[in-house]
Amino acid sequence: MTDTSEKASTKVTPAGGGSGGGALAALTRSRGLRHLALVLAAYVGIVLLLQLFGDFRDTQLATMAYFVPAAAGLTLLTGVNGQISLGHGALMAVGAYTTAAILDRADLTPFILVVLASVAAAAVVGLLVGVAAARLHGPYLAGATLALAVGLPGIAIYFGDLFGGEQGLRVRPPDPPAWFEDLAGGDLGRTYPALLGWALALSVLWFLSNLVTSRYGRQWRAVRDDEVAASLCGIDLGRARVLAFVVSAACAGVGGALLAVTSRLVAPTSVTLVLSLYLLTAIVLGGLGSLLGAVLGSAILAFLPTVLTNRALDSGLDSAAAANLAPMVFGLVLVVVMLAAPRGIVGTTRIALLSRKLKKQRAAALASRT
Amino acid sequence: MLEVRDVVTTYGPVLALDGVSLSVPAGRITAVLGANGAGKTTLLRTVSGLVRPKAGAVELDGKDITRLPVEAMVQRGMAHVPEGRGVIAELTVAENLKLGGLFRKGAKDSEADEVYDLFPALRERRDRSAHTLSGGERQMLVVGRALLARPRVLLLDEPSLGLAPRVVAQIFGIVRDLVDRTGLAVLLVEQNAKSALSIADTGVVLNLGRVVATDSADALAADEQLRHAFLGF
Repeated sequence: MTDTSEKASTKVTPAGGGSGGGALAALTRSRGLRHLALVLAAYVGIVLLLQLFGDFRDTQLATMAYFVPAAAGLTLLTGVNGQISLGHGALMAVGAYTTAAILDRADLTPFILVVLASVAAAAVVGLLVGVAAARLHGPYLAGATLALAVGLPGIAIYFGDLFGGEQGLRVRPPDPPAWFEDLAGGDLGRTYPALLGWALALSVLWFLSNLVTSRYGRQWRAVRDDEVAASLCGIDLGRARVLAFVVSAACAGVGGALLAVTSRLVAPTSVTLVLSLYLLTAIVLGGLGSLLGAVLGSAILAFLPTVLTNRALDSGLDSAAAANLAPMVFGLVLVVVMLAAPRGIVGTTRIALLSRKLKKQRAAALASRT
Repeated sequence: MLEVRDVVTTYGPVLALDGVSLSVPAGRITAVLGANGAGKTTLLRTVSGLVRPKAGAVELDGKDITRLPVEAMVQRGMAHVPEGRGVIAELTVAENLKLGGLFRKGAKDSEADEVYDLFPALRERRDRSAHTLSGGERQMLVVGRALLARPRVLLLDEPSLGLAPRVVAQIFGIVRDLVDRTGLAVLLVEQNAKSALSIADTGVVLNLGRVVATDSADALAADEQLRHAFLGF
């Protein structure tokens, strides 16, 4: 895992809003290309990882792949634009149900069309929520999006004919295309869901990393930091907020589509409020507003529960207690991070590196003076 | 260029502006003077749309813009430099400057060089976060950002607040020069009446939300009674 996250780290550094040194500044002109190169490198890393590890890690990497776009979209909304959402799990649900409902009825190929439909559905819901949210702040916005997370699974139950009710919809994952079978052969075939997921997840990351350094990213950060100053720069606050919500929801739609094909079942119980809270936990742990932070947070979400549960079972805990260990550890980790390193993993590391650099510069300046 | 007619602005039950009228012609600096609580800042906030007046009108080039949203006013050429700076602290100096030309189609990043030429101190700090700047540098940054919006009317709220006299003189000098060169109209709010009158063409004295005197800057500065009563020098 460290392999890919290191590659992702260099990729998203400018996204966090940090100011770069001279070498970085020289590279900024070809930022889009640089992001693309790093995303491709990360993908190669993922392919290698999938070759190295067994079946079990495939599932976890595929799980991580559906968290990544949703968490990255949420960190754009909450970290970059300053709007909190407790309802991103519900927006994932919109994407997941769209994918499941389409695959249930038709054999729509290629799969990317299904993903695009899910993105569109999530974006439309995001637009509706965003228009309402643009007028709300802080706790009121949290409340409104919470209502979305609680209420939306109810719709799936109410329209049981369409969405399978309490049982949910079974999802037949898309078959690997023929060229993939030819290329990969039998062994790599099993990794198709993870490879597909990561191709989409990294595309989303590439898109967002360019977006947050663009004029839209600047607008969003300006609106977050100082509404009065932002509107005096000619920024339409409402439009900027709604746009952030739509983009964020579209990313959650990608995550939802991947969730559907990875877990092969979309039911009200798989998209509960807990999913929304996990996403928020992930971006806070990783470092709010940082795409790399969202990736690291997703890794924690995907890997920590299974690792913990296995340890607990090995040490003789019964299965019910073992299953509850992960949420408890999440809670503990969140409390500890908030107390010890409120900027999350990425923010804290960045500050540590920066202060070390400044210390070195100061020492060099002192040395040259004497 | 800018006309303010009988504007009444209230904050809940508090009457902040009680029928204020003034005009700001192109190529001129109009200074609004008065003590704390006279309504100076409220006047600027009303003109730029941050607060809505109860009555009266604000006109730009003869068109009523009183009810336009703030960003629409900015896009029509009104730039407001608020009191207490208004830089976006988390963005770098360069990014703050990019925000200035944000809404203009065809704005180029190289336009920031104009600001760096005016305020060389900013050029050295272009990749630093704005929250690392000193008070004077922040003021330069906000004025520079406002200028990149290519305004026809510039509203300056207490640009001298907390700044060293040398920096104030520098900023005032740059504004005066721009007004003379480009025909920019400036509405300047200041506590420091003496330095404001030294660069202004016209002065308007506010007291408790009403205009108590409007005259040329020289005449106001020479009026001893008015100076003692309202301007404190």
